[in-house]
Order: sequence, then C-alpha cells, then structure tokens
Amino acid sequence: MINIAPILFYVFSGVLLSASLMVVTARNTVHGVLFLIVAFFNAAALFLLAHAEFIAMILVVVYVGAVAVLFLFVVMMLNLEGGEMHRGIKGYTFMGVLIGGVLLVELLLMGLSWYTAPEAFDLTTAPTSGLKITNTQALGNLLYTHYALGFQGAGLILLIAMIGAIVLTLRHREGVRKQNIRDQQERQVRESLRLIDIPSGSGV
Amino acid sequence: MIESILYLLPLIGYVLLIIVPLLLVIAYLTYVERKVIAAMQLRIGPNVVGWFGLLQPFADGLKLLHKETIIPTRSNPIIFLCAPLVTFSLSLSAWAVIPFAPGVVISNINVGILYLFAISSLGVYGIIIAGWASNSKYPFLGALRSAAQMVSYEVSIGLVIIVILLSSGSMNLTDIVEAQKSMWYVVPHLPMAVIFMISALAETNRSPFDLPEAEAELVAGYNVEYSAIIFALFFLGEYGNMILMSAIGALLFLGGWLPPFHVIPFTWIPGFIWFALKVSFLLFIFLWVRATFPRFRYDQLMRLGWKVFLPFTLGWVVLTGFVMVAFNLFSGGQG
Repeated sequence: MINIAPILFYVFSGVLLSASLMVVTARNTVHGVLFLIVAFFNAAALFLLAHAEFIAMILVVVYVGAVAVLFLFVVMMLNLEGGEMHRGIKGYTFMGVLIGGVLLVELLLMGLSWYTAPEAFDLTTAPTSGLKITNTQALGNLLYTHYALGFQGAGLILLIAMIGAIVLTLRHREGVRKQNIRDQQERQVRESLRLIDIPSGSGV
Repeated sequence: MIESILYLLPLIGYVLLIIVPLLLVIAYLTYVERKVIAAMQLRIGPNVVGWFGLLQPFADGLKLLHKETIIPTRSNPIIFLCAPLVTFSLSLSAWAVIPFAPGVVISNINVGILYLFAISSLGVYGIIIAGWASNSKYPFLGALRSAAQMVSYEVSIGLVIIVILLSSGSMNLTDIVEAQKSMWYVVPHLPMAVIFMISALAETNRSPFDLPEAEAELVAGYNVEYSAIIFALFFLGEYGNMILMSAIGALLFLGGWLPPFHVIPFTWIPGFIWFALKVSFLLFIFLWVRATFPRFRYDQLMRLGWKVFLPFTLGWVVLTGFVMVAFNLFSGGQG
C-alpha cells in the first residue's frame, strides 16, 4: 500500500495554482469566476488532506456556495467584454508592480524567518490527533469557550456592516403595487364576487 | 500501485451498487409521478408501453438518447456541455455519505451533514452556468430566478440543520439517526420538518416553486436550449435531487432506518426497507403537492423565504438551545 496523500497534495496544489493564474489572466470575466470556483474547491481538498474537514466543508459552503454565486451574478449581469477591461490597464502598470513587489518582499522576509517549533511539528498535519476529539469540537472550544468575547465582537461588527449595507441601498419607490398577504387572506367571497341575474336583452 | 488498485476495486463496486439502483429509481420516479398525478386528476396515465405502462421510462430514455444534440451557435460550447454534467454528478456525489442501514454507507465521515449541505449549495451552479452559456434570453432569466430562489431557501435549510445538530450533538449522519432511537425528531421539531419539506420543494425547483421553468412566462427556463442526452442529464439530476432531499428528510426527521416502534412485528422488517418506505413517503409528498397547489408568484416566494421562514427558524434555533440548556439535555456528543 503506497501512500497517495503526497501525490494528491501535488495534484490539488498544481490545479489550485494554475486555476488561480487563470483567474487573473482569463479574458472573459465569467471564465475568471469559474476558475476561482475551481481554486476554492482545490483549497478545500487541501484542507481535507490536512484532516481539517470542518474548515474544508465551511470553505465550500461559504465561499463556493454563497460568495462565488454572488460574484457570478454580478459579473454576468454587468456583461463585461474582455477588451474594455484591458483598455486602461497601461496607466496602472507602475503602481501595480510597485505594490506587488512590496508584498512579495514582505512575504519572502516572513517566509524565510519562519520556523516551526520541533514539538509542534507533528501538530501541523493533524492538529487534534492527540486530543481524542474531532476538529469541529476543537474549533468550537476555542471560539465559543476561550475566545467567546472576541468571536461575538466579530459577529456584531459583521451585523453592523450588514445593516449599513442594507440602509445604504434600500430605497422606497413610489407607486409600486405590493400585495399585503394579510389583506389577501382575510378577503371573503362576498366582498369580491357578486352574482347577478341579468334579464335577457339588458346589460348590467 | 497494484495494491492501491485492489484497494479501489471494492469501493468502485459499492459506488456502482448505489448508483445503478438509484438511476432505476429515478427512471421509475418519473413513471410514478405521471401515474400519481393522473390518478389525482382522474386520468389513466401512461399505460401503453409494457404492462401498465411499466416500460414507459425506458421508452422515454431511448427517445432522448437517439435525438440530436444541438449546441446553439452563439453559445459557449464547453461551459454549455459542463452545466448538465455538474448538475448530474453533484446529485450523485451526495449519496456517498447517506447511511441506508446501520453501517451501510460508503463514507461515514464526521461532518456528513455539512458535506450534504455543501453539495446541495453547489447545485445552483449547474443551473446558473446553463443559463449563461446558452446565450439566450429565456434561459438567462430562468437561471437568475432559480439561483436567487435556491440561495434564499438554503438559508432556512441551514438553520433547520443547526436545530438538528443541537438536538443530536453530532454532525455524523449515523449518530444523528441513532440519537432518534427514543423519539423521531419530527415530534419535537414538527414545524422544522414542515419548513424543511417546503424549502426542499423550493431547493429542487419543484411545484409550487417551479418558477424557473414557468412554461407560460419563460418557455421552460434555464434548459430551453438543451436537447437529447444533455437535457436528459438535467432531468435525471433534478429527479435525483428530489430523492436526495427526501433521503435527507428521512434521516433528519423520520429516524432513517429505525422502525417506528421497537416491538416485535416492526423490528422484523430490515432497516433499509424502513428507510426506503420513509423516502417513498416523502417523495409522494413532492408529487402530491405538485398535483394540488398552484404556482407561487415571484414576490410571494421571496417573502415566504426571507420574511417568514428565516425569522421563524432563527427563533426556533434560539428556543431549542434554550430548552437544551435549561433541561440539561446536551448529549456531549462526538462532534
């Protein structure tokens, strides 16, 4: 029995990297979003390989199932053509390269000076292997027991952001005919229907 | 290398053992649907091909197979062909975690219910991609409607799942069923079961929420441009999703393979027969609803999802949590 986990790791990360490359180079924006979905999927598969099944599933539910659907919606509705996107791109080249370069140098400085403590090395692949609990429980313990205040604070901030977004985009239009379900339910036959015997030869 | 192939062979066998009967059930679901609705409308239904029309599904399948596959000229052919494949393979891949009887499951993973939720939240892609790749007005409108509808009703399904997680203390489907040994969750969570069933109707684009294919307004919605075998894949995927939703409903609320009473005549019947009976009952509700209710209007659909189901399920989650803490009912489950 050979160990196929390393092979799978390289397959998934290879697809992940090439899909992410396609996201920024695809001329059709809808193709770009579809490649983004492929990238999310492979990231979830990498989490699964690292035995982080809860994070993998949440990644698929939240990012692929909700966020990317919104992206796809917006991109499809805007119906961008590739040419328009690339027209004014020359003017931003210098700033783009500068910012990218600064980020790259920072990442390299971080990455080269990073080291994993020897006793923590076993934990990097299976963080809960020694604890006899699933990683869902481990995450729950951390978020809701040890860091409950911070977690709730983050939730409140998101809630406020959501309310803010709704307030900013909500507009009341005049003259829109809206159905009031309650009125509709309380309607009786005798209010809306009248039976008339019409004598032949005359109108109503 | 040989060992890993030998290791994979039985797995492929299990997969075939589930997929082949599943495809047969999907084929006969279309037959049962026509028969049931015919009976409710005092008609006969299919009765010409085979005894009582029993070979009708195969006749329909053959007809679809030998028709010509038409790809519209202005469409995006690769994505156009991918869309039905996505729908169909997603509706099959969810069955990997469904337990049919104690231990009879391909993959008994810890986060089974989350996996099902993730897979069902991806179903929207097949539809939205189909609508966009067709490069045509009706499919695009149908796809937008369908995507908005599925995203809206997923929210309430997610909250219903959270209620079940709170009650059972586990995300493993086998554990969830075992936790219903004393009482099926349909008893304490009856409103949630009703909401789950209605949301399942909306999630599978079934009547009375079949707005995406409202034939009077949108011809047939997102699959107008599809023909022959690629249309058949959409069709199979949709019916497969109906069976999947019924199976999830049976596992979450009707106790999966458990008999209703643990006394002698009921315990003689094997577990997977109980499971099949429960799934059939829920599928019958799908068909019954289709024969009974008129189609919702779009604004009514959105109102029901966001203004009725979302607050109600959210309130029920809080209530469940409160009751569990107050009466100390937490099982301290295995995750």
